[in-house]
Amino acid sequence: MKNSLHKNPWRHARERLIEAVLFLAAFSAVLITVAIVAILFYESLTFFKHVSIVEFLTSTVWTPLFEDAHYGVLPLVAGTLVTSAVALLVAIPIGTIIAIYLSEFAPHKVREIVKPFLELLAGVPTVVYGYFALLIVTPMLQMVMPGLNGFNMLGPGIVIGIMIVPYVSSVSEDAMRAVPMSLREGSYAMGATRFQTALKVVTPSAISGIAAAYILGMSRAIGETMVVAIAAGQQPTFTWDPRDSAATITAYIVQVALGDLPHGSIGYQSIFAAGLVLFLMTLAFNVLGQMIRARYREHY
Amino acid sequence: MSEPQKVKQIRALIRRLKFNDYIFSLVGLVCMMLGVITLLGLFINLLMDGLERLNYDFFTSFPSRRAAQAGILSAWVGSVLVMLVTALIAIPLGVAAAIYMEEYAPKNLLTTIIEINISNLAGVPSIIYGLLALGLFVYQLDLGQSILSAGLTLALLILPIIIVATRESLRTIPREIREAAYALGATRWQVVSDHVIPYSKGGILTGVIIGLARAIGETAPIITIGALTFIAFLPPAPFSGDPPAGMFDWMFAPFTVLPIQMFNWVSRPEEAFLINAAAAGVVIIVMTLAMNAVAIYLRYRIRKNIKW
Repeated sequence: MKNSLHKNPWRHARERLIEAVLFLAAFSAVLITVAIVAILFYESLTFFKHVSIVEFLTSTVWTPLFEDAHYGVLPLVAGTLVTSAVALLVAIPIGTIIAIYLSEFAPHKVREIVKPFLELLAGVPTVVYGYFALLIVTPMLQMVMPGLNGFNMLGPGIVIGIMIVPYVSSVSEDAMRAVPMSLREGSYAMGATRFQTALKVVTPSAISGIAAAYILGMSRAIGETMVVAIAAGQQPTFTWDPRDSAATITAYIVQVALGDLPHGSIGYQSIFAAGLVLFLMTLAFNVLGQMIRARYREHY
Repeated sequence: MSEPQKVKQIRALIRRLKFNDYIFSLVGLVCMMLGVITLLGLFINLLMDGLERLNYDFFTSFPSRRAAQAGILSAWVGSVLVMLVTALIAIPLGVAAAIYMEEYAPKNLLTTIIEINISNLAGVPSIIYGLLALGLFVYQLDLGQSILSAGLTLALLILPIIIVATRESLRTIPREIREAAYALGATRWQVVSDHVIPYSKGGILTGVIIGLARAIGETAPIITIGALTFIAFLPPAPFSGDPPAGMFDWMFAPFTVLPIQMFNWVSRPEEAFLINAAAAGVVIIVMTLAMNAVAIYLRYRIRKNIKW
């Protein structure tokens, strides 16, 4: 009886054990990142024993699977940047307008109904969007631009743009909603209309959050795979013209993975080198976007 | 200038500005409708193209060289099995990680590092997870191009989604609930397992469903680990066949999944296979949209019902 208030050692040990297990689960996030970086660097290192980094970064011919092999990653990077730029040209205006509308104009009811639809749009698998780009958007573009190649970067770029609209609009809307009501009320009190308030008060106050949305959207577009693998073509051509067909970094990885390359061959390692470039590009955009986003949160 | 004229001018100005408001409302509505219409148009188009192939045989036949006889049996069985492995790994790991971050984690450097890692993982392109799986699971750990490798890959991919959703749901539970339990002498784990988890079940479930819906539509990482595109057999059922298959032999079998089957058909030049691709697309879209719709509905109900 006199011991009943003492610490129960078994109960204490069980608590510590559970905490340790939960910690390990959380720590797995760090382990996954470490594993990704380690695998990409490890396999790329073997690749760079055969290929000079200078050639990799400056040559404009990428033919690692040919007899006469060249290892210039620029054509893939160009393809990736062109499709992503087209995507942003679509996603930025539409996404921003939707964000302003949802945050400043839409009645509560409209928002409740339409937002789930936007979320569904983001839930459609990318392989279906690829079908859409190849068999619907490109033929429609060919009606306007006769002579357009069946595989081109414009169609997939537009489709990726539609895909990332929900993402851009929801991050921008969050930023606009974080703008304090008093700023809007001040503007209304001066006689400004809703549109003037949205454009000249809310948007400038939320600008860093909106910029973060664009940057994070860019990172999404760069990493998008199936749409470009299906509809942009598989030829690594060094071109900045979105009407041309060209392979992106992601499309190249898919193309090699579909083939039957032996483990350890230079072709096998080339996808890790390409993947490393892709990883570093998206990482740079993500870190930049998150930094900008963290800054605007501190302001109010 | 006389007074009435000035008033007239101001009225005209107000009218013009109000008209701008009106115009922008319309533009905003049109932009949003663009999304909804795209979704509907996409779905109707797929349905019209693929409708003729959507019959019982399509679900019970293996892929074939002849488009009219090809089906998605091996693909949907593969998808279901891969999802099973993914769910078994991602749900416990993700929920446990979220509980640690919300209920246990002290504010220190290590916690910040984990925090940064979780948000960065959410931004890593899916194909990079494929490369990780190819290097680590397929070759280093020698799991081969199997259902287990694919399930593990997708589990890692959706881990951030489940962690973020679970944390959000844990955060909505007011501090008083926890304090009341502590006041009665409950330990930390008792508070978590008897109160926090049961009250946030709905939110956790929403996150899990959204994560799995994402996983079921993922194609790129599974192509990267080298899933085959033409599979005309099913993984061995436990204890079947001769000699009898082991309990977990199916995990190491080669496989294909629905999105890969669709990708395979889209990339063929023959028109007839495009019809199959559309039909497979309808199946994928219905599955993922249904899962997302359930999740959105659940979240809506939770928001409506619970008032702390």
